[in-house]
Amino acid sequence: MQKEKLKELRVFAEEIRVETLKTIGSLGFGHVGGSMSIVETLAVLYGDVMKVDPKNPRWEDRDWCVMSKGHAGPAMYATLGLKGFYPVTDAYTLNQPHTNFPSHTDRTKTPGIDLTTGSLGQGMSSAVGAALGNKMDGRNSHTFVFVGDGEADEGQVWEGAQFAAHYKLNNLICFVDSNKRQLDGTVDTIMSHGKGLGAKFDAFGWNVIDVADGNDVEQIWNAVQQAYQSDAAPTCIILNTVKGKGCTFAEPSGAHSSQPTKEQWDEAIAAAEARLAEVKAQ
Amino acid sequence: MKFTLIGKHETDSRANRDAYVDAMQEMMAKDPKLCHIDCDLYGCINTGKLEKAFPKQTFNAGIAEQNAMGIAAGLTATGRTVFMHSFGCFSSRRAFDQAFMSCAYAQLPVHVLGSDPGVCAAYNGGTHMPFEDMALYMAIPDAVVIDPTDYAMLYDVTKKLAASGKFSFNRMIRKGVTKVYDDGADFEIGKGVTLKDGKDVTIIASGIMVDEALKAEETLAAEGISAKVVDMFTWKPIDEELIVASAKETGCIVTAENHQVKCGLGSAVAQVVAKNVPVPMEMIGIEDRFGQVGAQKFLQEEYGLTASHIVEAAKKAVSRK
Repeated sequence: MQKEKLKELRVFAEEIRVETLKTIGSLGFGHVGGSMSIVETLAVLYGDVMKVDPKNPRWEDRDWCVMSKGHAGPAMYATLGLKGFYPVTDAYTLNQPHTNFPSHTDRTKTPGIDLTTGSLGQGMSSAVGAALGNKMDGRNSHTFVFVGDGEADEGQVWEGAQFAAHYKLNNLICFVDSNKRQLDGTVDTIMSHGKGLGAKFDAFGWNVIDVADGNDVEQIWNAVQQAYQSDAAPTCIILNTVKGKGCTFAEPSGAHSSQPTKEQWDEAIAAAEARLAEVKAQ
Repeated sequence: MKFTLIGKHETDSRANRDAYVDAMQEMMAKDPKLCHIDCDLYGCINTGKLEKAFPKQTFNAGIAEQNAMGIAAGLTATGRTVFMHSFGCFSSRRAFDQAFMSCAYAQLPVHVLGSDPGVCAAYNGGTHMPFEDMALYMAIPDAVVIDPTDYAMLYDVTKKLAASGKFSFNRMIRKGVTKVYDDGADFEIGKGVTLKDGKDVTIIASGIMVDEALKAEETLAAEGISAKVVDMFTWKPIDEELIVASAKETGCIVTAENHQVKCGLGSAVAQVVAKNVPVPMEMIGIEDRFGQVGAQKFLQEEYGLTASHIVEAAKKAVSRK
């Protein structure tokens, strides 16, 4: 990747982080941990690899993105806002009465949200259905779906995985946000994944790429380029991420949801803004 | 609406499922965006025929109903009209959260089919016997929920649903059913069908209970009780106008359903009656029980789903006026 592009994506990631914090901070509580862990991947998708048209969110030849771990909605809202689907500050109405920015992503409310998620595991199947439809239509488009490592407890994730492999949906790329934590504790202690999520997807007939640092835009970008080469199988990209990454109160706790004090919010946003300035200056 | 009532209580020689397959075949030939997704049950409803003729429009999801429902949602989001089929127990109970969130809540109007409704699950037994499928789907806002009566109706309703753009649940009896309507009938979703006019009692039925209601009407007539018979195949949105008019005309109502009476057709009709024109009501259906294995004839006796049960209920309703 070109140096300029790399810097642009790093900046974009930090902008998403700041805006995600401001969005959740507008309410004062929410799913910070699982939003923070995926901002670099969203920066790669919407900053470079995805074909989207903010003026025409349902453009038929677009690439699709499905946040199956729907509680990371705020990270999507920040990304889509920064990308120009709507003024980014609109998302500051998160969870307020009649908002278009509910906790979990909803295709009927927010421009740029392709499918509705929230009940875990379901976004995997509907993303697979969208990938199948686009393949049947002969469209040159990819469907990206985010699945949490905790979410992978759901059997439906694996029903979707076997269908995608059976129908050879090489236009489907699943990011597993392996942030190692779920609501009640670590994934290893609550519900471990046997020989590992990569091994599971491999056994299901997927092409599997392991990204050592899932919060590094360059590594993520390289993985997507590699995934594009798959000629028959869907690809799973395992992102080894940090829950709460870059948030002063959420990263140390690794919490699923957070309700910090006003001071803690101010500190977290200031720190993220400082990091953004730092990356910009690099 | 246009139909010819046959009402000879004779079983159709055709498998009822073929009404669905025939309608889909005709529509798929004209509409490449019309799809069917099944859960390893091509063999049960003869949809292998669709796969053969339209391989790009017919998909087998294997034995994975929850995923199939999600795939249907995703396909619908790409501009398709999708019918999803499994046995009624699985396409309702098993995949309900997916039907609710991925499809209906997401405003992706998938058409869900549940075969072997109620006692029609017969030899598959209680595990496979949905007495609550309609109740579940009626609880979904703006859903269209239908219990078709026979071949002619299933054929017509399949076409109407495909064109409706509404999320729906439609029951489908697989095997031969009593022929109530002549082929070529034209129905309107949400409008009940008055099969017989009467003045003493209205029998409101759907599915396999329509023919039982017609038989009951004959028995009652012989005993001097004039019964109006309504085929209320659409449970939601229910035909309030017809219910209110019937209650006013006959002064009492009997409902008859192949489903549990709690949260079923009886409840839906009672809501309209209680709000608009309170008259005595009796309800024929499954009384808070689970299903069990056996021949359909045995099960209809066991759960009180026969013409004679309707006759008794009608007399009781008339006596309460």
